Amino acid sequence: MLKYTIRRMIYVLPTLWAVVTFVFFLIRIVPGGPAVAALGSYATAESIQQLEKQMGLDKPILVQYGKFLKDLCQGDLGKSLITNKPISQEIARSLPYTLDLAIGGMIIGILFGIPTGIITALRRNRPPDYIGRVLSLVGISMPEFYLGILLMYVLAIKLQLFPVLGGGDLSHLGSRLYHLFLPALTLGIIMTAFISRMVRSSMLNVLREDYVRTARSKGLHEKVVIYKHALRNALIPTVTVIGIYMSILMGGSVLTEIIFSRPGLGKMMVFAVKDRDYIALQSVIIIFSAFVFLFNLITDLLYSLIDPRIEYH
Amino acid sequence: MPISQREILIRTFKSNKTSVVGLFMAFSVVIIALISPWISPYDPISQDMNVQHAPPSWKYPFGTDSYGRDQLSRILWGSRVSLVVGTLSVLFAMAAGIPLGMIGGYKGGRVDNLVLRFIDIFMSFPIVILGLLVLAIMGPGLIKIVIAIGVALTPRIARLARGSTLSVKGKEYIEAARAVGQNDTKIMLIHVLPNISGDILVMGTLWVATAIIVEASLSFIGLGVRPPTPSWGAMIRDGLDQLTNAPWLSIFPGLAIFTSVFSFNLIADGLRDISDPKLRG
Repeated sequence: MLKYTIRRMIYVLPTLWAVVTFVFFLIRIVPGGPAVAALGSYATAESIQQLEKQMGLDKPILVQYGKFLKDLCQGDLGKSLITNKPISQEIARSLPYTLDLAIGGMIIGILFGIPTGIITALRRNRPPDYIGRVLSLVGISMPEFYLGILLMYVLAIKLQLFPVLGGGDLSHLGSRLYHLFLPALTLGIIMTAFISRMVRSSMLNVLREDYVRTARSKGLHEKVVIYKHALRNALIPTVTVIGIYMSILMGGSVLTEIIFSRPGLGKMMVFAVKDRDYIALQSVIIIFSAFVFLFNLITDLLYSLIDPRIEYH
Repeated sequence: MPISQREILIRTFKSNKTSVVGLFMAFSVVIIALISPWISPYDPISQDMNVQHAPPSWKYPFGTDSYGRDQLSRILWGSRVSLVVGTLSVLFAMAAGIPLGMIGGYKGGRVDNLVLRFIDIFMSFPIVILGLLVLAIMGPGLIKIVIAIGVALTPRIARLARGSTLSVKGKEYIEAARAVGQNDTKIMLIHVLPNISGDILVMGTLWVATAIIVEASLSFIGLGVRPPTPSWGAMIRDGLDQLTNAPWLSIFPGLAIFTSVFSFNLIADGLRDISDPKLRG
């Protein structure tokens, strides 16, 4: 198992390096360079030169790249072109809000998606299935920012059950959860739709398998057949896509954070785009993809844990 | 009388109510986009400061926005941006992704490894974030949005094309084509492509739905077409500040996005049932 983990990580690292390199060079092709972009076209030549010198942007690009990689390995993401503060501090402050949101959304999605998937599969082509399928299609067709606005309008503005804006106080669990609920529900509803569709189709596939027929013909109780034989196998493909869904959730968190004014990574990224702070943008995007890699790695390992047929070498 | 494969498909499609409903809805959205200049009651960009934030009424069925512009007309016109970006970006992604995936899957070995790496690298960005990165570099504009979303969808289509190619590759007709000495390019174009196009078409409708959502998301962030050209995502963003006193400003454009995306998802759902006979009821 340890060997397998290490092998997976050895595979992931070069890809992560390629992602980082891609983002670095893409940012450098901004017309005029990051400093010009940040200061605007009315900036004087001196102020641009000064900022470039201060940030090391005047050096040859390969020298910049070398320093960037070295700093990155030490956890230094550079300084913001606008505020001149270390970006890693800003990220450390924003990250918990985004992780709370993504994990909260995933938990809601799993809690509701798996039972819905099972019920619709077992009641196939009957009313519960139709209702479940239509609702899940509605869920995947709903942009998260629109669903967020609807929930906010009804639950926060009209019924005043939840706060309209803000991320709450992180050190205070009650406030943290209170502010998390609506945004997490927004992403959770969409996740429920994705997961229930996945569980339904893999459950239908499994129910046709020989081992399910065997279990039934042995005279096992239907409940045992469903939960012990069918469900366990149906969940395997579901686990494999949870990594992909986490990536959808991370993308969705950007828009959800803007709607609910949560001070997370997504909000930081959109502000970086607006302020044309390309160094901050570069860092946030790298962190985002690093998390996507991490979630995929965890999924891979989980997969090998629950499916003993996968071998570790 | 023997019936052709095509006829079976058409019959199954007709018997699949969800996809017929979806097709009808999507068709309506396309028609609305085409004829929007003639059916819009007002000019979508002319401002009238006398009727700011007018609630829905007979005169303005969807109300008016902060500049007194008619929301219904703006939503009707906005369908053009959504559909053009939705379809063009998927076509862009297909033009780049299908050859890439097909070559990787067919050639195998080193080439395939390269293709897989490329897919891995670009799939590590959520679609919205890759689109946002590309747009932040290139600046706003309709064609640039198409490119940004197209780039973000390319690895996903390449992955699908690669998978389908792998499953077709071992078939006898490919072996036969190779045995009579056809070259690889010809085999890919004549034998592989037609056989994987079914899978890609199904996913294509699904990707159009995704592309419409991504376009709306990007213009919601403020990276969409330049104002005053109406686009649904930007309309929702403009309405967000007025959510308490003028909720219709965000609710109606959102409904428009939802309806279009829903219709494409319905088609995709039906097509998938057809292409996977095991799931037929």
